[in-house]
Amino acid sequence: MKSDSAPAGGARSGDATSGPPLAIVIEKYADMGVVIHTHRLHGDETVVVHAEDILDVMNFLRKDDRLNFDMMMDLTAVDYLDNQNLNPYLAEMNARFEVVYHLYSIGKNHRIRVKAPLAEDNLFINSITGIWGGADWFEREAFDMYGIVFRGHPNLKRILLYEKFEGHPLRKDYPKTKRQPLIGPRN
Amino acid sequence: MTDAKKDYDFHKESHTERMVINMGPSHPATHGTVKFLVTLDGETIEDIDVEIGYLHRAFEKECENQQWSGVFPYTDRLDYTASVLNNIGYALAVEKLIGLKTPERCDYIRTIIGEMARMSGHYTNLGAGALELGALSAFIYFVEARELVWDLLESVCGARLTHNYVRIGGLISELPDGFGLGVAKAFKKNRELWSDFDKLLTKNRIFLDRMRDVGGISAEKAIEWGFTGPCLRACGVPFDVRKAEPYLIYDQLDFEIPLGSTGDNFDRYLVRMEEINQSMRIVEQCLEKMPEGPINVDDPNWRQPSKDESSKKIESLIFHFKAVIEGQKVPAGEVYQPIEGANGEVGFYVVSNGGGKPYKCRCRPPSFALTSAMPQLVTGSMLADLIPTFDMINLIGGECDR
Repeated sequence: MKSDSAPAGGARSGDATSGPPLAIVIEKYADMGVVIHTHRLHGDETVVVHAEDILDVMNFLRKDDRLNFDMMMDLTAVDYLDNQNLNPYLAEMNARFEVVYHLYSIGKNHRIRVKAPLAEDNLFINSITGIWGGADWFEREAFDMYGIVFRGHPNLKRILLYEKFEGHPLRKDYPKTKRQPLIGPRN
Repeated sequence: MTDAKKDYDFHKESHTERMVINMGPSHPATHGTVKFLVTLDGETIEDIDVEIGYLHRAFEKECENQQWSGVFPYTDRLDYTASVLNNIGYALAVEKLIGLKTPERCDYIRTIIGEMARMSGHYTNLGAGALELGALSAFIYFVEARELVWDLLESVCGARLTHNYVRIGGLISELPDGFGLGVAKAFKKNRELWSDFDKLLTKNRIFLDRMRDVGGISAEKAIEWGFTGPCLRACGVPFDVRKAEPYLIYDQLDFEIPLGSTGDNFDRYLVRMEEINQSMRIVEQCLEKMPEGPINVDDPNWRQPSKDESSKKIESLIFHFKAVIEGQKVPAGEVYQPIEGANGEVGFYVVSNGGGKPYKCRCRPPSFALTSAMPQLVTGSMLADLIPTFDMINLIGGECDR
Protein backbone atom coordinates (compact mmCIF):
# COMPACT_ATOMS: atom_id res chain seq x y z
CA MET A 1 0.00 0.00 0.00
CA LYS A 2 1.22 3.46 -0.83
CA SER A 3 2.37 5.58 2.06
CA ASP A 4 0.11 8.53 2.63
CA SER A 5 1.65 11.46 4.39
CA ALA A 6 -1.26 13.82 3.92
CA PRO A 7 -4.01 13.59 6.50
CA ALA A 8 -7.17 11.98 5.25
CA GLY A 9 -10.25 14.12 4.96
CA GLY A 10 -13.28 14.21 7.19
CA ALA A 11 -13.25 14.01 10.93
CA ARG A 12 -9.74 12.56 11.08
CA SER A 13 -7.87 15.45 9.53
CA GLY A 14 -5.53 17.36 11.79
CA ASP A 15 -2.92 20.06 11.37
CA ALA A 16 -1.11 19.95 8.08
CA THR A 17 2.32 20.46 9.61
CA SER A 18 4.11 17.61 11.28
CA GLY A 19 6.75 17.95 13.98
CA PRO A 20 10.19 16.39 13.89
CA PRO A 21 9.41 12.79 14.94
CA LEU A 22 6.72 12.27 12.36
CA ALA A 23 8.68 14.00 9.60
CA ILE A 24 11.67 11.75 10.26
CA VAL A 25 9.54 8.61 10.19
CA ILE A 26 7.86 9.69 6.95
CA GLU A 27 11.24 10.47 5.39
CA LYS A 28 12.73 7.13 6.46
CA TYR A 29 9.85 5.02 5.21
CA ALA A 30 8.96 7.02 2.10
CA ASP A 31 7.60 4.73 -0.62
CA MET A 32 8.60 1.56 1.24
CA GLY A 33 5.04 0.42 1.79
CA VAL A 34 5.47 0.32 5.56
CA VAL A 35 3.51 3.40 6.56
CA ILE A 36 -0.21 3.23 5.89
CA HIS A 37 -1.28 6.59 7.19
CA THR A 38 -0.06 9.48 9.30
CA HIS A 39 -1.87 12.26 11.04
CA ARG A 40 -1.43 14.93 13.64
CA LEU A 41 -4.59 15.44 15.61
CA HIS A 42 -4.70 17.78 18.62
CA GLY A 43 -0.91 17.85 18.56
CA ASP A 44 -0.57 14.06 18.87
CA GLU A 45 1.56 12.70 16.05
CA THR A 46 0.42 9.35 14.82
CA VAL A 47 1.88 6.90 12.39
CA VAL A 48 -0.01 3.81 11.27
CA VAL A 49 2.15 0.95 10.05
CA HIS A 50 1.62 -2.61 8.86
CA ALA A 51 1.64 -5.10 11.71
CA GLU A 52 4.34 -7.25 10.11
CA ASP A 53 6.73 -4.28 10.08
CA ILE A 54 6.22 -3.32 13.71
CA LEU A 55 9.57 -4.62 14.98
CA ASP A 56 11.47 -2.83 12.25
CA VAL A 57 9.69 0.46 12.89
CA MET A 58 10.06 0.17 16.66
CA ASN A 59 13.75 -0.59 16.39
CA PHE A 60 14.19 2.46 14.21
CA LEU A 61 12.23 4.67 16.62
CA ARG A 62 14.24 3.36 19.57
CA LYS A 63 17.69 3.55 18.03
CA ASP A 64 17.70 6.52 15.68
CA ASP A 65 19.64 9.35 17.31
CA ARG A 66 17.23 12.03 16.18
CA LEU A 67 14.26 10.17 17.66
CA ASN A 68 15.64 8.17 20.59
CA PHE A 69 12.30 6.94 21.94
CA ASP A 70 13.66 5.31 25.07
CA MET A 71 10.38 4.87 26.88
CA MET A 72 7.39 2.74 25.97
CA MET A 73 4.69 4.65 27.82
CA ASP A 74 1.59 2.75 26.93
CA LEU A 75 0.42 -0.16 24.88
CA THR A 76 -3.21 -0.97 24.32
CA ALA A 77 -5.60 -2.03 21.61
CA VAL A 78 -8.88 -0.74 20.23
CA ASP A 79 -11.69 -2.81 18.78
CA TYR A 80 -13.28 -0.99 15.82
CA LEU A 81 -16.09 -3.48 15.27
CA ASP A 82 -18.79 -1.72 13.19
CA ASN A 83 -16.85 1.53 13.53
CA GLN A 84 -14.20 0.95 10.92
CA ASN A 85 -15.25 4.14 9.16
CA LEU A 86 -13.59 6.08 12.00
CA ASN A 87 -10.26 5.31 10.37
CA PRO A 88 -10.72 4.98 6.61
CA TYR A 89 -7.76 2.63 6.16
CA LEU A 90 -9.33 0.08 8.52
CA ALA A 91 -12.24 -0.66 6.22
CA GLU A 92 -9.87 -0.78 3.28
CA MET A 93 -7.71 -3.41 4.99
CA ASN A 94 -10.70 -5.14 6.56
CA ALA A 95 -9.00 -4.70 9.94
CA ARG A 96 -11.01 -4.85 13.11
CA PHE A 97 -8.40 -4.21 15.78
CA GLU A 98 -5.65 -1.74 16.20
CA VAL A 99 -2.69 -2.11 18.55
CA VAL A 100 -1.75 1.34 19.85
CA TYR A 101 1.70 2.20 21.20
CA HIS A 102 2.60 5.48 22.87
CA LEU A 103 6.29 6.23 22.92
CA TYR A 104 8.14 9.00 24.68
CA SER A 105 11.71 10.21 24.53
CA ILE A 106 13.10 11.55 27.80
CA GLY A 107 16.10 13.22 26.19
CA LYS A 108 14.23 14.84 23.30
CA ASN A 109 10.95 15.37 25.14
CA HIS A 110 8.72 14.31 22.27
CA ARG A 111 6.04 11.71 21.80
CA ILE A 112 4.66 9.61 19.02
CA ARG A 113 1.76 7.23 18.69
CA VAL A 114 2.28 4.12 16.57
CA LYS A 115 -0.69 2.07 15.47
CA ALA A 116 -0.84 -1.30 13.76
CA PRO A 117 -4.16 -2.54 12.35
CA LEU A 118 -4.97 -6.24 12.66
CA ALA A 119 -7.62 -8.28 10.88
CA GLU A 120 -9.81 -10.52 12.98
CA ASP A 121 -8.59 -13.74 11.33
CA ASN A 122 -4.93 -12.89 11.86
CA LEU A 123 -4.48 -11.52 15.36
CA PHE A 124 -0.73 -11.88 15.47
CA ILE A 125 1.87 -9.21 15.98
CA ASN A 126 5.51 -9.37 17.01
CA SER A 127 6.29 -8.68 20.63
CA ILE A 128 8.39 -5.63 21.42
CA THR A 129 9.57 -6.97 24.78
CA GLY A 130 13.03 -7.35 23.26
CA ILE A 131 13.25 -3.59 22.78
CA TRP A 132 11.51 -2.37 25.94
CA GLY A 133 11.34 -4.88 28.79
CA GLY A 134 8.50 -2.88 30.26
CA ALA A 135 6.21 -3.89 27.40
CA ASP A 136 5.87 -7.33 29.02
CA TRP A 137 2.79 -6.75 31.16
CA PHE A 138 1.21 -4.30 28.73
CA GLU A 139 1.25 -6.96 26.02
CA ARG A 140 -0.17 -9.50 28.42
CA GLU A 141 -2.99 -7.11 29.20
CA ALA A 142 -3.76 -6.54 25.52
CA PHE A 143 -3.79 -10.33 25.06
CA ASP A 144 -6.05 -10.73 28.08
CA MET A 145 -8.55 -8.08 27.06
CA TYR A 146 -8.56 -8.38 23.25
CA GLY A 147 -7.03 -11.75 22.43
CA ILE A 148 -4.18 -10.32 20.40
CA VAL A 149 -1.26 -12.74 20.29
CA PHE A 150 2.18 -11.21 20.65
CA ARG A 151 4.67 -13.47 18.91
CA GLY A 152 7.88 -13.98 20.82
CA HIS A 153 6.52 -12.82 24.17
CA PRO A 154 8.26 -14.79 26.94
CA ASN A 155 5.19 -15.40 29.10
CA LEU A 156 1.98 -14.63 27.27
CA LYS A 157 -0.84 -15.45 29.65
CA ARG A 158 -3.73 -13.62 31.23
CA ILE A 159 -2.81 -10.96 33.71
CA LEU A 160 -5.86 -9.19 35.13
CA LEU A 161 -8.37 -11.97 34.68
CA TYR A 162 -8.12 -15.55 35.85
CA GLU A 163 -6.85 -18.32 33.62
CA LYS A 164 -10.16 -20.07 33.03
CA PHE A 165 -11.93 -16.91 31.91
CA GLU A 166 -13.58 -17.41 28.52
CA GLY A 167 -13.43 -14.74 25.87
CA HIS A 168 -11.88 -11.30 25.81
CA PRO A 169 -14.01 -8.77 27.65
CA LEU A 170 -12.97 -5.50 26.01
CA ARG A 171 -14.03 -6.70 22.59
CA LYS A 172 -17.10 -4.81 21.52
CA ASP A 173 -19.09 -8.00 20.97
CA TYR A 174 -18.56 -9.16 24.56
CA PRO A 175 -21.76 -8.17 26.40
CA LYS A 176 -21.25 -5.96 29.39
CA THR A 177 -23.73 -7.91 31.48
CA LYS A 178 -22.25 -11.34 30.75
CA ARG A 179 -21.39 -13.29 33.90
CA GLN A 180 -18.88 -16.09 34.25
CA PRO A 181 -18.31 -18.33 37.23
CA LEU A 182 -15.17 -17.61 39.18
CA ILE A 183 -13.02 -20.70 39.43
CA GLY A 184 -11.90 -21.49 42.95
CA PRO A 185 -8.46 -22.63 44.06
CA ARG A 186 -7.05 -25.67 42.30
CA ASN A 187 -7.06 -28.30 45.03
CA MET B 1 42.30 -35.72 55.05
CA THR B 2 40.61 -37.37 52.13
CA ASP B 3 40.06 -35.67 48.80
CA ALA B 4 36.33 -35.83 49.24
CA LYS B 5 36.57 -33.73 52.35
CA LYS B 6 38.82 -31.16 50.71
CA ASP B 7 36.26 -30.54 47.97
CA TYR B 8 33.54 -29.94 50.47
CA ASP B 9 32.03 -26.49 49.87
CA PHE B 10 30.06 -25.42 52.86
CA HIS B 11 27.91 -22.88 51.05
CA LYS B 12 27.11 -25.25 48.26
CA GLU B 13 26.46 -28.34 50.31
CA SER B 14 24.57 -26.86 53.19
CA HIS B 15 21.76 -25.58 51.00
CA THR B 16 18.77 -27.79 50.80
CA GLU B 17 15.86 -27.64 48.44
CA ARG B 18 14.44 -24.36 47.25
CA MET B 19 11.30 -23.28 48.96
CA VAL B 20 8.31 -21.78 47.20
CA ILE B 21 6.08 -19.58 49.31
CA ASN B 22 2.96 -17.62 48.62
CA MET B 23 2.81 -14.06 49.91
CA GLY B 24 -0.65 -12.64 49.59
CA PRO B 25 -3.19 -11.97 48.17
CA SER B 26 -3.87 -10.47 51.57
CA HIS B 27 -0.59 -10.48 53.37
CA PRO B 28 -0.10 -7.70 55.93
CA ALA B 29 3.02 -6.52 54.13
CA THR B 30 1.49 -6.36 50.69
CA HIS B 31 -0.73 -3.34 51.01
CA GLY B 32 -3.10 -3.59 48.14
CA THR B 33 -4.20 -7.00 47.01
CA VAL B 34 -1.40 -8.72 45.17
CA LYS B 35 0.14 -12.16 45.31
CA PHE B 36 3.84 -12.95 45.20
CA LEU B 37 4.97 -16.45 44.40
CA VAL B 38 8.48 -16.35 45.81
CA THR B 39 11.11 -19.03 45.23
CA LEU B 40 13.57 -18.88 48.08
CA ASP B 41 17.05 -20.26 48.51
CA GLY B 42 17.50 -19.88 52.21
CA GLU B 43 16.43 -16.29 52.68
CA THR B 44 17.51 -15.16 49.24
CA ILE B 45 14.91 -14.56 46.58
CA GLU B 46 15.73 -16.71 43.56
CA ASP B 47 12.65 -15.96 41.56
CA ILE B 48 9.47 -14.03 42.03
CA ASP B 49 6.22 -14.14 40.18
CA VAL B 50 3.84 -11.25 40.74
CA GLU B 51 0.17 -11.92 40.30
CA ILE B 52 -2.17 -8.95 40.05
CA GLY B 53 -5.78 -8.51 39.04
CA TYR B 54 -7.53 -9.07 42.36
CA LEU B 55 -9.00 -5.60 42.23
CA HIS B 56 -9.99 -5.64 38.57
CA ARG B 57 -13.28 -3.81 38.15
CA ALA B 58 -13.48 -3.58 34.35
CA PHE B 59 -12.76 0.14 34.38
CA GLU B 60 -12.56 0.43 30.60
CA LYS B 61 -15.66 -1.64 29.91
CA GLU B 62 -17.66 0.41 32.40
CA CYS B 63 -16.43 3.67 30.88
CA GLU B 64 -17.40 2.55 27.40
CA ASN B 65 -20.94 2.13 28.69
CA GLN B 66 -21.14 5.48 30.46
CA GLN B 67 -21.77 8.95 29.17
CA TRP B 68 -18.70 11.15 28.98
CA SER B 69 -19.53 12.92 32.22
CA GLY B 70 -20.38 9.65 33.97
CA VAL B 71 -16.79 8.43 33.80
CA PHE B 72 -15.55 10.70 36.60
CA PRO B 73 -16.59 8.51 39.54
CA TYR B 74 -14.76 5.59 37.94
CA THR B 75 -11.57 7.61 37.55
CA ASP B 76 -11.73 8.45 41.26
CA ARG B 77 -11.20 4.82 42.05
CA LEU B 78 -8.02 4.41 40.02
CA ASP B 79 -5.42 5.88 42.34
CA TYR B 80 -7.73 6.33 45.28
CA THR B 81 -5.05 7.92 47.44
CA ALA B 82 -4.91 10.85 45.03
CA SER B 83 -8.26 10.67 43.30
CA VAL B 84 -8.61 14.24 42.05
CA LEU B 85 -5.49 13.83 39.92
CA ASN B 86 -7.26 11.13 37.92
CA ASN B 87 -10.32 13.36 37.56
CA ILE B 88 -8.08 16.10 36.19
CA GLY B 89 -6.31 13.75 33.79
CA TYR B 90 -9.54 12.52 32.29
CA ALA B 91 -11.07 16.00 32.11
CA LEU B 92 -7.98 17.36 30.36
CA ALA B 93 -8.02 14.50 27.86
CA VAL B 94 -11.66 15.08 26.94
CA GLU B 95 -11.17 18.85 26.82
CA LYS B 96 -8.20 18.35 24.50
CA LEU B 97 -10.40 16.26 22.24
CA ILE B 98 -13.15 18.89 22.23
CA GLY B 99 -10.73 21.80 22.03
CA LEU B 100 -12.19 23.38 25.14
CA LYS B 101 -10.29 26.03 27.07
CA THR B 102 -11.21 26.22 30.73
CA PRO B 103 -11.21 29.57 32.58
CA GLU B 104 -8.01 30.53 34.35
CA ARG B 105 -9.52 30.32 37.81
CA CYS B 106 -10.62 26.78 37.08
CA ASP B 107 -7.02 25.85 36.17
CA TYR B 108 -5.76 27.38 39.41
CA ILE B 109 -8.29 25.51 41.54
CA ARG B 110 -7.54 22.27 39.71
CA THR B 111 -3.85 22.76 40.40
CA ILE B 112 -4.48 23.44 44.10
CA ILE B 113 -6.74 20.44 44.58
CA GLY B 114 -4.47 18.22 42.47
CA GLU B 115 -1.41 19.09 44.53
CA MET B 116 -3.32 18.40 47.72
CA ALA B 117 -4.25 15.02 46.32
CA ARG B 118 -0.58 14.39 45.54
CA MET B 119 0.27 15.23 49.15
CA SER B 120 -2.39 12.82 50.35
CA GLY B 121 -0.98 10.12 48.07
CA HIS B 122 2.56 10.63 49.33
CA TYR B 123 1.45 10.75 52.98
CA THR B 124 -0.33 7.45 52.52
CA ASN B 125 2.60 5.84 50.79
CA LEU B 126 5.28 7.02 53.20
CA GLY B 127 3.17 6.43 56.30
CA ALA B 128 2.21 2.91 55.25
CA GLY B 129 5.80 2.23 54.20
CA ALA B 130 7.05 3.25 57.62
CA LEU B 131 4.34 1.18 59.30
CA GLU B 132 5.37 -1.94 57.46
CA LEU B 133 8.91 -1.49 58.69
CA GLY B 134 7.58 -1.26 62.23
CA ALA B 135 7.46 2.52 62.66
CA LEU B 136 3.90 2.81 63.91
CA SER B 137 4.26 6.29 65.41
CA ALA B 138 5.55 7.73 62.13
CA PHE B 139 2.50 6.25 60.43
CA ILE B 140 0.19 7.98 62.92
CA TYR B 141 1.91 11.33 62.25
CA PHE B 142 1.30 11.08 58.52
CA VAL B 143 -2.24 9.84 58.95
CA GLU B 144 -2.88 12.98 60.94
CA ALA B 145 -1.29 15.08 58.22
CA ARG B 146 -3.43 13.33 55.63
CA GLU B 147 -6.54 13.96 57.71
CA LEU B 148 -5.78 17.69 57.63
CA VAL B 149 -5.54 17.60 53.83
CA TRP B 150 -8.70 15.54 53.60
CA ASP B 151 -10.54 18.00 55.85
CA LEU B 152 -9.66 20.74 53.38
CA LEU B 153 -10.78 18.63 50.43
CA GLU B 154 -13.97 17.78 52.27
CA SER B 155 -14.69 21.47 52.76
CA VAL B 156 -14.31 21.93 48.99
CA CYS B 157 -16.37 19.06 47.62
CA GLY B 158 -17.92 17.17 50.48
CA ALA B 159 -16.03 13.93 49.99
CA ARG B 160 -12.92 12.72 51.74
CA LEU B 161 -11.58 9.92 49.58
CA THR B 162 -13.24 9.81 46.18
CA HIS B 163 -13.79 13.45 45.43
CA ASN B 164 -15.40 13.43 42.01
CA TYR B 165 -14.78 17.16 41.94
CA VAL B 166 -13.80 17.92 38.35
CA ARG B 167 -16.14 18.09 35.37
CA ILE B 168 -15.63 18.49 31.63
CA GLY B 169 -15.13 22.22 31.21
CA GLY B 170 -15.10 23.11 34.87
CA LEU B 171 -15.62 22.07 38.46
CA ILE B 172 -18.62 21.18 40.54
CA SER B 173 -18.23 24.01 43.00
CA GLU B 174 -16.30 27.12 43.94
CA LEU B 175 -13.82 27.03 46.81
CA PRO B 176 -15.55 27.68 50.15
CA ASP B 177 -15.15 30.95 52.03
CA GLY B 178 -12.04 31.12 54.13
CA PHE B 179 -10.33 28.32 52.21
CA GLY B 180 -7.06 30.24 52.09
CA LEU B 181 -7.05 30.67 55.87
CA GLY B 182 -7.86 27.00 56.35
CA VAL B 183 -4.94 26.05 54.12
CA ALA B 184 -2.55 28.32 56.00
CA LYS B 185 -3.61 26.83 59.32
CA ALA B 186 -3.48 23.23 58.13
CA PHE B 187 -0.13 23.61 56.35
CA LYS B 188 1.46 25.02 59.49
CA LYS B 189 0.51 21.84 61.30
CA ASN B 190 1.45 19.72 58.27
CA ARG B 191 4.95 21.17 58.28
CA GLU B 192 5.32 20.32 61.97
CA LEU B 193 4.16 16.77 61.33
CA TRP B 194 6.48 16.50 58.36
CA SER B 195 9.36 17.60 60.53
CA ASP B 196 8.43 15.06 63.23
CA PHE B 197 8.24 12.30 60.64
CA ASP B 198 11.55 13.40 59.19
CA LYS B 199 13.25 13.39 62.60
CA LEU B 200 11.89 9.94 63.37
CA LEU B 201 12.98 8.27 60.17
CA THR B 202 15.41 10.06 57.88
CA LYS B 203 18.44 9.58 60.13
CA ASN B 204 17.12 6.52 61.92
CA ARG B 205 19.70 3.74 61.83
CA ILE B 206 17.16 0.92 61.60
CA PHE B 207 15.24 2.67 58.85
CA LEU B 208 18.41 3.45 56.91
CA ASP B 209 19.58 -0.15 57.11
CA ARG B 210 16.30 -1.40 55.73
CA MET B 211 16.03 1.21 52.98
CA ARG B 212 19.49 2.13 51.74
CA ASP B 213 21.01 0.10 48.88
CA VAL B 214 17.87 -1.98 48.69
CA GLY B 215 15.68 -2.35 45.64
CA GLY B 216 17.90 -0.16 43.50
CA ILE B 217 17.73 0.13 39.74
CA SER B 218 19.88 1.97 37.23
CA ALA B 219 18.49 4.92 35.29
CA GLU B 220 18.71 3.07 31.93
CA LYS B 221 16.88 0.06 33.29
CA ALA B 222 14.26 2.23 34.94
CA ILE B 223 13.55 3.98 31.65
CA GLU B 224 13.40 0.70 29.78
CA TRP B 225 10.86 -0.63 32.26
CA GLY B 226 8.63 2.41 31.94
CA PHE B 227 9.31 3.91 35.37
CA THR B 228 7.83 7.35 35.87
CA GLY B 229 7.22 9.64 38.81
CA PRO B 230 9.15 9.54 42.10
CA CYS B 231 10.65 6.12 41.35
CA LEU B 232 12.24 7.38 38.13
CA ARG B 233 13.36 10.65 39.68
CA ALA B 234 15.03 8.68 42.48
CA CYS B 235 17.34 7.32 39.76
CA GLY B 236 18.35 10.86 38.89
CA VAL B 237 16.29 11.25 35.73
CA PRO B 238 14.65 14.70 35.77
CA PHE B 239 11.41 13.69 34.13
CA ASP B 240 8.24 15.22 35.47
CA VAL B 241 5.27 15.84 33.18
CA ARG B 242 4.58 19.09 35.04
CA LYS B 243 7.92 20.43 33.78
CA ALA B 244 8.37 18.50 30.53
CA GLU B 245 4.94 19.18 29.07
CA PRO B 246 3.29 21.71 31.39
CA TYR B 247 -0.47 21.51 31.61
CA LEU B 248 -2.88 23.65 33.66
CA ILE B 249 -0.71 26.50 35.00
CA TYR B 250 2.44 24.64 35.97
CA ASP B 251 4.54 26.70 33.57
CA GLN B 252 3.79 29.83 35.61
CA LEU B 253 4.73 28.34 38.96
CA ASP B 254 8.02 28.20 40.77
CA PHE B 255 8.73 24.73 42.08
CA GLU B 256 11.53 22.22 42.01
CA ILE B 257 11.80 18.61 41.00
CA PRO B 258 13.69 16.69 43.69
CA LEU B 259 16.08 14.11 42.28
CA GLY B 260 17.78 11.10 43.80
CA SER B 261 21.00 9.54 42.62
CA THR B 262 21.13 5.83 43.41
CA GLY B 263 17.57 4.79 42.63
CA ASP B 264 17.25 2.76 45.83
CA ASN B 265 14.36 2.76 48.27
CA PHE B 266 15.84 5.46 50.44
CA ASP B 267 16.09 7.85 47.49
CA ARG B 268 12.48 7.09 46.59
CA TYR B 269 11.55 7.98 50.15
CA LEU B 270 13.54 11.22 50.07
CA VAL B 271 12.09 12.27 46.72
CA ARG B 272 8.55 11.78 47.99
CA MET B 273 9.31 13.64 51.22
CA GLU B 274 10.58 16.64 49.29
CA GLU B 275 7.70 16.51 46.84
CA ILE B 276 5.29 17.04 49.73
CA ASN B 277 7.06 20.32 50.49
CA GLN B 278 7.04 21.34 46.84
CA SER B 279 3.32 20.61 46.61
CA MET B 280 2.69 22.87 49.59
CA ARG B 281 4.72 25.56 47.86
CA ILE B 282 2.63 25.20 44.72
CA VAL B 283 -0.64 25.42 46.65
CA GLU B 284 0.49 28.56 48.46
CA GLN B 285 1.65 30.22 45.24
CA CYS B 286 -1.64 29.41 43.53
CA LEU B 287 -3.69 30.82 46.39
CA GLU B 288 -1.65 33.99 46.23
CA LYS B 289 -1.93 34.48 42.48
CA MET B 290 -5.40 33.10 41.90
CA PRO B 291 -7.55 35.43 39.79
CA GLU B 292 -11.25 36.01 40.28
CA GLY B 293 -13.63 34.83 37.61
CA PRO B 294 -15.83 31.98 36.57
CA ILE B 295 -14.87 28.36 37.25
CA ASN B 296 -16.86 26.86 34.40
CA VAL B 297 -16.78 27.37 30.65
CA ASP B 298 -19.63 29.48 29.42
CA ASP B 299 -20.91 26.83 27.03
CA PRO B 300 -24.04 24.91 27.99
CA ASN B 301 -23.10 22.15 25.54
CA TRP B 302 -20.28 21.09 27.79
CA ARG B 303 -20.89 22.43 31.25
CA GLN B 304 -24.46 21.84 32.26
CA PRO B 305 -26.41 24.89 33.42
CA SER B 306 -27.09 25.01 37.14
CA LYS B 307 -30.19 23.32 38.47
CA ASP B 308 -31.61 26.69 39.41
CA GLU B 309 -31.24 27.99 35.88
CA SER B 310 -32.52 24.88 34.16
CA SER B 311 -35.72 24.98 36.14
CA LYS B 312 -36.41 28.59 35.15
CA LYS B 313 -35.25 28.94 31.54
CA ILE B 314 -36.44 26.79 28.66
CA GLU B 315 -33.06 26.91 26.80
CA SER B 316 -31.20 25.71 29.84
CA LEU B 317 -33.79 23.02 30.37
CA ILE B 318 -33.26 21.78 26.80
CA PHE B 319 -29.48 21.66 27.23
CA HIS B 320 -29.88 19.89 30.54
CA PHE B 321 -32.28 17.37 29.02
CA LYS B 322 -30.06 16.66 26.04
CA ALA B 323 -26.95 16.28 28.17
CA VAL B 324 -28.67 13.88 30.54
CA ILE B 325 -30.59 11.79 28.03
CA GLU B 326 -28.22 11.66 25.06
CA GLY B 327 -24.93 12.52 26.67
CA GLN B 328 -22.64 15.25 25.46
CA LYS B 329 -21.41 14.56 21.94
CA VAL B 330 -17.64 14.71 21.88
CA PRO B 331 -16.24 15.05 18.34
CA ALA B 332 -14.72 11.93 16.79
CA GLY B 333 -11.01 11.48 17.21
CA GLU B 334 -8.39 10.15 19.53
CA VAL B 335 -6.19 11.83 22.06
CA TYR B 336 -3.54 11.00 24.65
CA GLN B 337 -3.16 13.31 27.60
CA PRO B 338 -0.45 12.71 30.20
CA ILE B 339 -0.43 14.26 33.65
CA GLU B 340 1.87 13.77 36.60
CA GLY B 341 0.02 11.57 39.05
CA ALA B 342 1.22 10.76 42.54
CA ASN B 343 2.94 7.63 41.25
CA GLY B 344 4.07 8.80 37.87
CA GLU B 345 2.65 9.51 34.48
CA VAL B 346 -1.09 8.94 34.37
CA GLY B 347 -2.10 9.03 30.72
CA PHE B 348 -5.58 8.93 29.31
CA TYR B 349 -5.97 7.61 25.79
CA VAL B 350 -9.49 8.48 24.76
CA VAL B 351 -11.16 7.56 21.48
CA SER B 352 -14.49 9.03 20.45
CA ASN B 353 -16.72 8.02 17.58
CA GLY B 354 -18.78 11.16 17.93
CA GLY B 355 -21.34 9.57 20.20
CA GLY B 356 -22.48 10.26 23.70
CA LYS B 357 -20.20 7.66 25.26
CA PRO B 358 -16.43 7.16 25.08
CA TYR B 359 -15.57 4.60 22.42
CA LYS B 360 -12.44 3.74 24.32
CA CYS B 361 -11.15 5.16 27.58
CA ARG B 362 -7.77 3.82 28.48
CA CYS B 363 -5.81 4.83 31.54
CA ARG B 364 -2.07 4.34 31.49
CA PRO B 365 -1.42 3.27 35.07
CA PRO B 366 2.04 4.16 36.40
CA SER B 367 2.07 1.53 39.13
CA PHE B 368 1.32 -1.20 36.56
CA ALA B 369 4.66 -0.52 34.89
CA LEU B 370 6.41 -0.17 38.24
CA THR B 371 5.03 -3.43 39.61
CA SER B 372 5.96 -5.29 36.44
CA ALA B 373 9.60 -4.54 37.24
CA MET B 374 9.40 -6.10 40.72
CA PRO B 375 11.38 -9.20 39.67
CA GLN B 376 14.15 -6.89 38.44
CA LEU B 377 14.26 -5.12 41.77
CA VAL B 378 14.19 -7.96 44.27
CA THR B 379 15.70 -11.04 42.60
CA GLY B 380 18.88 -11.88 44.47
CA SER B 381 18.05 -9.86 47.55
CA MET B 382 16.72 -11.03 50.91
CA LEU B 383 13.09 -11.82 51.54
CA ALA B 384 12.88 -9.02 54.10
CA ASP B 385 13.93 -6.51 51.41
CA LEU B 386 10.82 -7.29 49.45
CA ILE B 387 8.74 -5.30 51.92
CA PRO B 388 10.44 -1.87 51.71
CA THR B 389 10.86 -2.26 47.95
CA PHE B 390 7.22 -3.04 47.43
CA ASP B 391 6.27 -0.13 49.72
CA MET B 392 8.28 2.36 47.74
CA ILE B 393 7.06 1.02 44.40
CA ASN B 394 3.66 1.94 45.83
CA LEU B 395 1.31 -0.37 44.05
CA ILE B 396 -2.18 1.06 44.26
CA GLY B 397 -4.52 -1.82 43.53
CA GLY B 398 -7.23 0.37 42.08
CA GLU B 399 -4.85 1.85 39.56
CA CYS B 400 -2.81 -1.23 38.72
CA ASP B 401 -5.76 -3.58 38.26
CA ARG B 402 -8.36 -1.06 37.09
